Amino acid sequence: MSQPILATRGLTRRFGGLVAVGDVSLELHKGRLHALLGPNGAGKSTFINLLSGELEPSGGSITLRGEEISRWTPDRRSRAGLGRSYQRTSVFLDLTVHENCRLAAQSRLPRGWNVLQNAYASFSVREATQASLEAAGLPVHDLRLASALSHGERRQLEIAMVLATRPEVLLLDEPLAGMGSEEAIRIIELLRTLAPSHAILLVEHDMDAVFALADVITVMVNGQVLESGPPDQIRQSPAVRRAYLGDEEGHR
Amino acid sequence: MALPGEPATRRPWAILAAGLALALFPLLDSPFYLELITKVMILAIFAMSLDLLVGITGLVSLGHAAYFGIGAYVLALRTPRYDPASFWTTLPLAVGLSALAAFLVGIFVVRVKSTYFIMATLAFAQMFYFLFHDTEFGRGSDGITMNFKPAAAIGDLQVFDFGNPRTTYFVALGALALVLGFLRFLLGSPFGRALRGIKANEQRMRSLGFRTYHYKLASFTLAGALAGLAGYLSALQYGYVNPELLSWHQSGNVLLMVILGGPGTFTGAALGAFGFALLQEVFQAATLRWQLLLGATIVLLVLFVPGGLASLRARFRAALVGGPRP
Amino acid sequence: MDLASLLIQLLNGVQYGLLLFLVASGLTLVFGIMGIINLAHGSFYMVGAYMAFVFASATGSLLAGVVLGIGLSVALGMLLEWTLFARLYQRDHLDQVLLTYGLILVLEELRSILVDNDVHGVPVPPMLAGSIPLTANLSYPVYRLFLSGVCLVIGGLMYLLIQRTRLGMMIRAGASNREMVQSLGLNIKLVYRLVFALGVALAAFAGMIAAPVSSVYPGMGTHVLIICLVVVVMGGIGSVRGALLAALLIGIVDTFGRVFLPQAAGVVVYLVMAAVLLWRPEGLFRSI
Repeated sequence: MSQPILATRGLTRRFGGLVAVGDVSLELHKGRLHALLGPNGAGKSTFINLLSGELEPSGGSITLRGEEISRWTPDRRSRAGLGRSYQRTSVFLDLTVHENCRLAAQSRLPRGWNVLQNAYASFSVREATQASLEAAGLPVHDLRLASALSHGERRQLEIAMVLATRPEVLLLDEPLAGMGSEEAIRIIELLRTLAPSHAILLVEHDMDAVFALADVITVMVNGQVLESGPPDQIRQSPAVRRAYLGDEEGHR
Repeated sequence: MALPGEPATRRPWAILAAGLALALFPLLDSPFYLELITKVMILAIFAMSLDLLVGITGLVSLGHAAYFGIGAYVLALRTPRYDPASFWTTLPLAVGLSALAAFLVGIFVVRVKSTYFIMATLAFAQMFYFLFHDTEFGRGSDGITMNFKPAAAIGDLQVFDFGNPRTTYFVALGALALVLGFLRFLLGSPFGRALRGIKANEQRMRSLGFRTYHYKLASFTLAGALAGLAGYLSALQYGYVNPELLSWHQSGNVLLMVILGGPGTFTGAALGAFGFALLQEVFQAATLRWQLLLGATIVLLVLFVPGGLASLRARFRAALVGGPRP
Repeated sequence: MDLASLLIQLLNGVQYGLLLFLVASGLTLVFGIMGIINLAHGSFYMVGAYMAFVFASATGSLLAGVVLGIGLSVALGMLLEWTLFARLYQRDHLDQVLLTYGLILVLEELRSILVDNDVHGVPVPPMLAGSIPLTANLSYPVYRLFLSGVCLVIGGLMYLLIQRTRLGMMIRAGASNREMVQSLGLNIKLVYRLVFALGVALAAFAGMIAAPVSSVYPGMGTHVLIICLVVVVMGGIGSVRGALLAALLIGIVDTFGRVFLPQAAGVVVYLVMAAVLLWRPEGLFRSI
């Protein structure tokens, strides 16, 4: 087994008496797409927020390349190679598509708060901006305002911005949410191309997409890990069928 | 009276026209209005410095007068009793110390949430108010009258003669133009874009890897420095300072100017300073109870101007310029 | 300084702190539950003090003035919530700051029109006018002790209200999760109105009972507002417990500051605030 890039041990988060994430241990490896499944309220988003640093854990550890990072701020984690997208699209609506990505790339410049620095002349910023737009399937010199984009395009831009920060680990919170099937296919293709060079954690409701893409699947229920393993194992797991897939089938 | 028009990005000629009108205004030879407009231009610099916080960074400060006051007090305290102070040394000192004060306060306040920020900036400003009001060092509530205006000489050459109100007028105009140019340059720079990103969604900026704390602190410090510049010019104009320069009414009024002009454009803030001065003149001429009128106007505007106060700007300009404009 | 003088200063500090708590608790509740920054809160204190002055001079009895004043301030609170503040809940903080700033100007000018711009004293009620001797030449006024006692009783009643009643349950729920209470249904409007009126009445009441010791003067509202903002910031916004602790701390620090550091008295309180914020950027307490 290769060394995991990101790993959690017994990660726990309580809100008052409620255990939103309980004792979750999980590993992300480069070149592997790890999907997180679970019904609403299972603690998937809380888990991502713990990894990205927007919430502090109540217990357990998070390590990045073996280094403990659970007390690090979100921006420090980002600079260390963790990139996340949000379930609720959070692109900057009054900037153009290109500017959105350039802003994201600019975060990697040293001394960005230096008022007089001209960052746009920087080669690395231009290159990262272009590469991320290309990868996400958006026109490289897209001068439309982000507010003029369709929902699906905004989701693409959301991912492009994360890519512009050149992360090693991608934490994607329901990238397909609310997308038409054609747009979804484009994002699925994108994930497929990103998978070999990144460690990806994908939270997603779209079962077909998850089983088609994932190398490993973890199923969470009520904040706990119910089952974790390759797609075939999950598909055949009686516990998962009972708790989750069975439910889904029942609804259909 | 000339008024700055649309934001420069869309109508640079409006700014040029306003600048030209302001530059030619002294030809009218009206000492009263010369002094008034000098004062308003200084307030415009002050308002623009606050707009950097309110309109660009999304930080609503209710204590910005503190840095204005510190800039003013630096000149007053550095002016010897029997000699003029040097313009060349006191100006950078005033700007630098205002920036330092803002930096130190910023360390505390920029890391807290917006509501907290409003209250905490006000509280710290009050600390500076009492520093000048209560202590020996600030010479108490009577303030300080300077016997001399600062001297701006290079060798034997007198560059600016501040005894002449026109000189002060043009120095204020020059400062206004420089500050406006600088801030607009800033707005388009990566730093400015990061600030706007923070205003729109700070959480997202952090997850993209921005040290938002540093950006906000830099913005707060810069705004303090520019407010200090305005305060220095104000002290230079009147030759007198008192603790009321730092009072929270001053902070409230400058916030009002920014909002009156529409936050986020700098020219709007400058326009707001002119509008506020005009409103004050009109109300004061109408009644002794002008505070009542002003207060009621503010309350009614907040309640009944649809689309918030930003839309007020267009109406206000239309009313001033005469006739609607898009 | 001997022990008796120290004790007197300590009592003064506690009394000042408790009074601040009455004003600050309303400010922090209105913020915690409705999310409103009310800069006009100090003006309610000023309104209370002037009502005490006007009514006490008219009726000859402070008690009658206070009773009348409480009724009027509850009505004022209801009216202001209904006409102004209820429209602010969905607005951003900038609008709130502006509107309440405008309201301060209006209330100050109305005070100037209806009463005047002079400083007034309000006599201590004869029943409470005496002093308790501490040493041969030091004594402590009964009225100040009475003041502290009243504040403590009201603090206790507030505790019972918040911890034991249905309204209190809604207040606590509202402070911890505003959206949730908003989804609870119709009653929330009434809760808001009651809490706002309670805040106004507490501030006005503090102004009334403080009038005999602090005198009544035009800038008193602003002064108390800013000190209360310091209290709220230190205590943690929305936290009544935090407000109590911070108010006592500020009361004692301010009182001793005036004794030991008279030349920097105004500044000491803010330095303490800075120290607290350095230690705890979000204030002492997070919850109500």
